[in-house]
Amino acid sequence: MYLYILKRVLSTIPVVVIVVLFVFLMLRLAPGDPAAVIAGDYATAEDVERIREQLGLNDAIPVQMYRWIAQLGSGDLGTAIFSKLPVTTLIGQRLEPTLLLSLTTIVFTVLIAVPLGTLAAYKAGSWIDRFVMLFSVAGFSVPVFVLGYILIYVLAMQLQILPVQGYKSPFEHGFWVFLRHMVLPTMTLSVIYIALIARMTRASVQEILQEDYVRTARAKGQSEFKILMRHALRNAAVPIVTVIGLGIALMIGGVVVTESVYNIPGLGRLVLDAVLARDYPVIQGLILFFSFVYILINLLIDLSYTFFDPRIRY
Amino acid sequence: MTDHAQDAIMADAVLSEHEDPSLLAGMLNNRAIFWGGGLLILFALIAAIGPFLTLDPTELNPIKRLKSPSAEAWFGSDFLGRDIFSRVIYGARVSLVVGIAVALISVGIGLILGLVAGYVRVLDAVIMRTMDGLMSIPAILLAIALISLSGATLGTVILAIVIPEVPRVVRLVRAVVLTVREEPYVEAAIAAGTRLPLILKRHILPNTIAPLIVQATYVCASAMLTESILGFLGAGIPPEIPSWGNIMSEGRTYFQISPWIIFFPGIGLALTVLAVNIVGDGLRDTLDPRIARKI
Amino acid sequence: MNEISDTPVLEIKGLSVLLPDGADREFAIEEVSFSIGRSEIVCIVGESGSGKSVTAFTVMGLIPKKDLVPVAGEILLHGENLLGKSDRQMRRLRGEKMGMVFQEPMTALNPVIKVGDQIAEILEIHANMSASARKKRVIETMEDVSLPEPVKMYNSYPHQLSGGQRQRIMIAMALVLEPGLLIADEPTTALDVTTQAEVLELIRDIQARHGTGVMFITHDFGVVADIADRVVVMQNGKVVEQGTRDEILSAPSHPYTKMLIGSVPSLTPPVRPIPEIAETALEAKALNKTYGRVGFFEKGRLVKAAQNVELILRRGETLGVVGESGSGKSTVARCVVRLIDPTSGDINVAGTNIAQMAESELRAYRQKIQIVFQDPYRSLNPRRTVGQSIVEGPMNFGLSGTEAQSRAENLMRIVGLAPEALTRFPHQFSGGQRQRICIARALAMEPRVLIADEAVSALDVSVQAQVLRLLQDVRERYDLAMLFITHDLRVAAQICDRIMVMQRGVVVEEGRTSEVYANPQHPYTRSLLNAAPGRETNFAR
Repeated sequence: MYLYILKRVLSTIPVVVIVVLFVFLMLRLAPGDPAAVIAGDYATAEDVERIREQLGLNDAIPVQMYRWIAQLGSGDLGTAIFSKLPVTTLIGQRLEPTLLLSLTTIVFTVLIAVPLGTLAAYKAGSWIDRFVMLFSVAGFSVPVFVLGYILIYVLAMQLQILPVQGYKSPFEHGFWVFLRHMVLPTMTLSVIYIALIARMTRASVQEILQEDYVRTARAKGQSEFKILMRHALRNAAVPIVTVIGLGIALMIGGVVVTESVYNIPGLGRLVLDAVLARDYPVIQGLILFFSFVYILINLLIDLSYTFFDPRIRY
Repeated sequence: MTDHAQDAIMADAVLSEHEDPSLLAGMLNNRAIFWGGGLLILFALIAAIGPFLTLDPTELNPIKRLKSPSAEAWFGSDFLGRDIFSRVIYGARVSLVVGIAVALISVGIGLILGLVAGYVRVLDAVIMRTMDGLMSIPAILLAIALISLSGATLGTVILAIVIPEVPRVVRLVRAVVLTVREEPYVEAAIAAGTRLPLILKRHILPNTIAPLIVQATYVCASAMLTESILGFLGAGIPPEIPSWGNIMSEGRTYFQISPWIIFFPGIGLALTVLAVNIVGDGLRDTLDPRIARKI
Repeated sequence: MNEISDTPVLEIKGLSVLLPDGADREFAIEEVSFSIGRSEIVCIVGESGSGKSVTAFTVMGLIPKKDLVPVAGEILLHGENLLGKSDRQMRRLRGEKMGMVFQEPMTALNPVIKVGDQIAEILEIHANMSASARKKRVIETMEDVSLPEPVKMYNSYPHQLSGGQRQRIMIAMALVLEPGLLIADEPTTALDVTTQAEVLELIRDIQARHGTGVMFITHDFGVVADIADRVVVMQNGKVVEQGTRDEILSAPSHPYTKMLIGSVPSLTPPVRPIPEIAETALEAKALNKTYGRVGFFEKGRLVKAAQNVELILRRGETLGVVGESGSGKSTVARCVVRLIDPTSGDINVAGTNIAQMAESELRAYRQKIQIVFQDPYRSLNPRRTVGQSIVEGPMNFGLSGTEAQSRAENLMRIVGLAPEALTRFPHQFSGGQRQRICIARALAMEPRVLIADEAVSALDVSVQAQVLRLLQDVRERYDLAMLFITHDLRVAAQICDRIMVMQRGVVVEEGRTSEVYANPQHPYTRSLLNAAPGRETNFAR
């Protein structure tokens, strides 16, 4: 098992290297003059030169590479062009809402999607199965922000049962106020994620119900419900947690949109602000940050296989 | 990331192959393909012909700002008095062009890289680690960064959406290749002295076609969504072009008074993506009867 | 447990099960009647599609209700009709009154649950016992099926056990509540021959001690000879004949039974002329194949699949390579065809060493060695006509389309198929026909060496006999050298001039077939021959 853990941890190294290298090359290999694009249409030649200097594009590539790696190695994700603040500081300021939104979304998603997918697999061909499949196709088709605005329109503007926008920290305003403000963003962000996980759970459980050992359990006289709980779900755990991890990438994209729809001052808004301000170092720092988070989460999920599957443990 | 489960499922999709003469009939009999495909053809016709029949989608009309939907302007007008109906019709064109272009390009690149990774052992690790790295970068952020570096044009937007879509295709093709190359009939062809290009053409490539068609529809759907999100965030196609994302982006400020500015293009987008996804599911079910039979 | 002695454990009367619309026949099984008494082992024998498994699963109530519907007859378990019982009542009977053992012990056990807990599950369902009492009972049962160190093994997972141990776990599971009826569906088919012998021995022993009635499904008459009290022969869903073991095996009356039993290859090699010393077609010297890498993480993970294998194969002779799974026999076959690269050693074909040859040079030699694989369903590209598959090779070597076509037509006749069938697709043929097509494909290359890698192992016994005859026939007709890989000692006895026995990558014995069978030298060869099912029975010819 320790060998598996060690191998798995080491195998993230090339992935991290690729990400770092890719982000480095992106700025250097972009067609045209990135400094000019970042500076915008009304910039003077001096403005462009100043930005180029700030991005460190005037040195030789190996020098830039060395500086880039040394900088990342010391935990520095770069400095914003306009505010001159380190990107890590900006991330620190905006982390809380995004983190909490992601947590509520994952909890909500797993609580809804896994039982729904299991039920659909168990009752294959029934109306509930059709409903789950229909929901998942629809969930993959509605853009996150349109869904957000529909929810705002119906639940906040017409029925007025929930606040329209905004974020209230649980540490300042208390848990219930926080939760009331989180309901709509969480629902918005969850839909596509629920669609993904319910679909995958359904497929995995359905496949496992065809396995020989399920037939063995029936031959023992076990009831269908216990077969589902004890035999099917336990074996479906690995594919399900895998998709939960892969779905994080989907969620990170959704966070940017959801935060801008609901005016939540989190990392997603930071991305958008940086785009509007053409502050490339912030965008770049956030890309690295989100990618590292994604790699870390998926590493943890792979390590969790040792808990679910004895074939890896021994 | 290791996701053997996913690879196995992908590979599974390949191994149920019976050259069924009634395949085309089966496809037309499939309700999903029939309705989804029909809807899609309708949207394609609207996108192709519609803009010739409607008003100029960029024509300003300061007197008719933010009008509600009416007989005169079916979908109302925006803050510059432009006709939303005309703009939504034109937006269909942008969405479909982006979706189809991204699907074709990423499937093309992914097919080549996947074949190389599956067949050239030396390059396998390099390609797959690169794909793992690319997959770790959230697609929308990657696209935003690429566009903010190289400027927003239709071309760069398409390219920026293609890059994060490629790894999925590569993994699919590689999984197919690795499964099929172990099949005894491929080994028999090797033993019969068939050269590699012919083995690929006769025995490997035909197995990739069905899963690639299905994958292409999913890529197309996801690309249309990404394009609209980029537009909505103001990081997509230049705002002069009335894409659905751009229309909705401009509607944000006025959402509380004129929600239709967002809803009409939103409905158009959702229906189009839904049609593509439904066709994808239908194709998967007919091209891969083994999974279909379970449903 | 006071059974009335003359009530059978199981009595099936006129049972018919309907197949869904669109199947190739109306009934899966039709008018099936037989009974199983206490302490009696009844073997249900038949080829694939005979309905023997449907019969077993119908009794257990494990058939998919939507697809297979029992429409007539009765299934009496201790005199109670099972048809018409509710799902709930059937669940109570399963496990308690009847247990089942399946073919594939690896997939029949849940990979993520401890084997002890999987046995205990059945007590949890049916018996009102405390957890500790359950565990005690499970360990007793594990002892009963001769599992080593049951206390320790209780906490093992299936992947940590050997195939034979897994099947013992399955048997323990089926018998822990001492049901009156045990249904065993090809329980030894997936096992190696020595393990098979042990498991058969166990079933017989346990059944005798507990007085269990056993329904034993098998396709193997060797197994029937070893274990059956009575035999039921099925064909196309109908019982064609039943009787005691000796009646059926030595004096069958139905023509189908006669044909089946006549097709069982004898363990005694026929007298063969000693072939004259012909030219060497294939030679392997000090052939090694090692899997796994010596890397930072992989130390100790090397598998020596073949070690210093030496073989000489001359024109006009058949060399058999026999061994159990993991013996390395298929590795040798795949190395000499160069589907895998040997780690070291020489492979001489037509006087040239091709062991390490690059693919570009190798092509010229590929023509000289051809191979026929085990699985007829995966050996032909389903998207290409069989004609396209057959002409592919010759056309690679410069034959024109029309020449290749006429060669293919000729070969189709030789393997006993109509030349017109060349335009059809593989799924339009049966397994035996596909294997004939594969042989034609190999012959189309006009090879000197033909390798048959378990080429008849997936076939029913009657089809197997025909394909064996075909292989023998083409070997003589084209003066081929044949390397015949098999796990089946009966088949090897009939077709091989010489035999090599492999164990864990090493050749332990080699010699003329008749000598090896009559006077095996190596203990492993002896144990293989002793384990061959039905070795003491003379099947009616």
